[in-house]
Amino acid sequence: MNNEGLKDLLYKMADDALIIGHRNSEWTGIGPMLEEDLAFSSMAQDKIGHAQALYKILHEILGEEDPDKIAFLREEKKFKCCHFTELPIGEYDFSLVRHFLFDHAEALRYEMLAQSSFQPIVLLAKKIKGEIKYHTMHSDSFLKQLGTGNEESHARMQSALNYAFPFALGIFEKSEFENEIIADGIFAGEEELKKRWLEKIATIIAAATLKLPHVDESKIAYGGRKGFHSEYLKPLLDEMCEVVRTDPEAEW
Amino acid sequence: MYGNTSLTEEEAKRLNLTEEDPIKLAEFEDRITRGEKIEPGDWMPKEYRKQLLRMIEQHAHSEIVGALPEGTWITRAPNFRRKLALIAKVQDEIGHGQLLYSAAETLGKTREQMLEDLLNGKSKYSNVFNYPALTWADVAVIGFLVDGAAIVNQVINSKGSYGPYCRALERICYEESFHLKQGHDNVVYLATGTKHQRAILQDAINRWYRPLLHFFGPPDRNSQHSEKLMKWKVKLASNDDMRNQFLDQYVPKIWELDLTFPDPNLKKNDDGIWEFSDPDWDEFKRVINGGGPCNAERLEVRKYAEEAGRWVRNALMSKNEKYVMPMA
Repeated sequence: MNNEGLKDLLYKMADDALIIGHRNSEWTGIGPMLEEDLAFSSMAQDKIGHAQALYKILHEILGEEDPDKIAFLREEKKFKCCHFTELPIGEYDFSLVRHFLFDHAEALRYEMLAQSSFQPIVLLAKKIKGEIKYHTMHSDSFLKQLGTGNEESHARMQSALNYAFPFALGIFEKSEFENEIIADGIFAGEEELKKRWLEKIATIIAAATLKLPHVDESKIAYGGRKGFHSEYLKPLLDEMCEVVRTDPEAEW
Repeated sequence: MYGNTSLTEEEAKRLNLTEEDPIKLAEFEDRITRGEKIEPGDWMPKEYRKQLLRMIEQHAHSEIVGALPEGTWITRAPNFRRKLALIAKVQDEIGHGQLLYSAAETLGKTREQMLEDLLNGKSKYSNVFNYPALTWADVAVIGFLVDGAAIVNQVINSKGSYGPYCRALERICYEESFHLKQGHDNVVYLATGTKHQRAILQDAINRWYRPLLHFFGPPDRNSQHSEKLMKWKVKLASNDDMRNQFLDQYVPKIWELDLTFPDPNLKKNDDGIWEFSDPDWDEFKRVINGGGPCNAERLEVRKYAEEAGRWVRNALMSKNEKYVMPMA
């Protein structure tokens, strides 16, 4: 089994989960209604929990540092999250569309990983799949309601989708070990995931009376998987590590 | 406690709330004496309704505004354990707000109206949330001592006479007891940690001492006693009694950790009553009336949430739907 490829896969999934979880948590207290504060906060807890579980596999099975060190004391260029997760929460329209696009990719990724040749990820994927089901249920229901709500909400949803889509496609940036992890049966690959994702989201987007924009390959936000990040990741990490860096050796 | 603006006798008279059918009033008071709960559809005096509504509404506001000072630390919590606990905790507070708005709605005011009155200043929230959370240690002190103070108040109020409020409080107290544990755990880690950790903890305790004494409202000698509110089981303990209970439970726990309160006169007398220096009640009034360090900031954030989210609420609202007052 290709350990470098496996690590790369787990790191990018964990970093995505940690960073989107961080962003979701920023809605606690300022959502459009209390129920949405609660929803985004719940999803944030799930995502951050997923990140922790993945870092734990990296630590316990693959010999990496312990989860707190990996998450809170790693430099920016070692992160493998995609740009999509890094973007600020913006207004609710963008956060909702990101939640919709990202979580469907996650749901399908874990569905595929439930067939992986790497046992520890199979068990985790089965558990996480059950949680993400509620995330996509939430995003689909709101996307449909707001897509068909009134003129303003429809326009906002469409324009958020137009803005988010080139970033969302960046989720599927291939790793340098892509062929090896496919050959080892660890993961069926980003291309396959993207295909399934496009099929899945198309019907929901249509039901929400929205249209998927056309995106030129050159506009897709790649780079995150190789450590080249948007301008938003560094300040996010500075904030995340602010307390721990005041005394990194202390127990918090 | 919450904003401490209970209805005064004069106000009740001015609002024409005091005249009631004496037979119904006597029946109502008998029910309360017998320990029965009053439910939303039941007959109740106008003044009782108004008083409870004000109290529950202020409590609800306190929960959602109270989520803000700690909420800003979620993104900075120093490890997974603390981060997950803090999000869950702040989420609980918002959930308590949701629960309490529902309880208040059973008295005839919509959540939208209540939020509007929060923003226009008609309706208050707990004074304690007008102070800033400056360091990570503030999160620990809020989780332990502010939540500790809130529990003292809420456990007492959960024995009140209005059914929906009591039930909401019972659930809230259950969740708050976990908050207290995470707050205590956080305090202990900082207190037994490095020099830097102890220093920020002591500093936070120093800053929160006065707001905590203010939390229960002015001393009994200065506040109007309302026998009626006690008789109706709207108010169940005096401000001084609750404050004393709080000091009795929590001061020793802080002293145990070899930490101090910034008050040389703080001590327990032989009669079990805690003595402390005057915590500057003028400041309390100033802060309640908008002059605190964070009043403006807190309302700005709520205003942002209301305004930025309006399009979502409008789109979700069906034009033909009518408001129905919830019954429990």
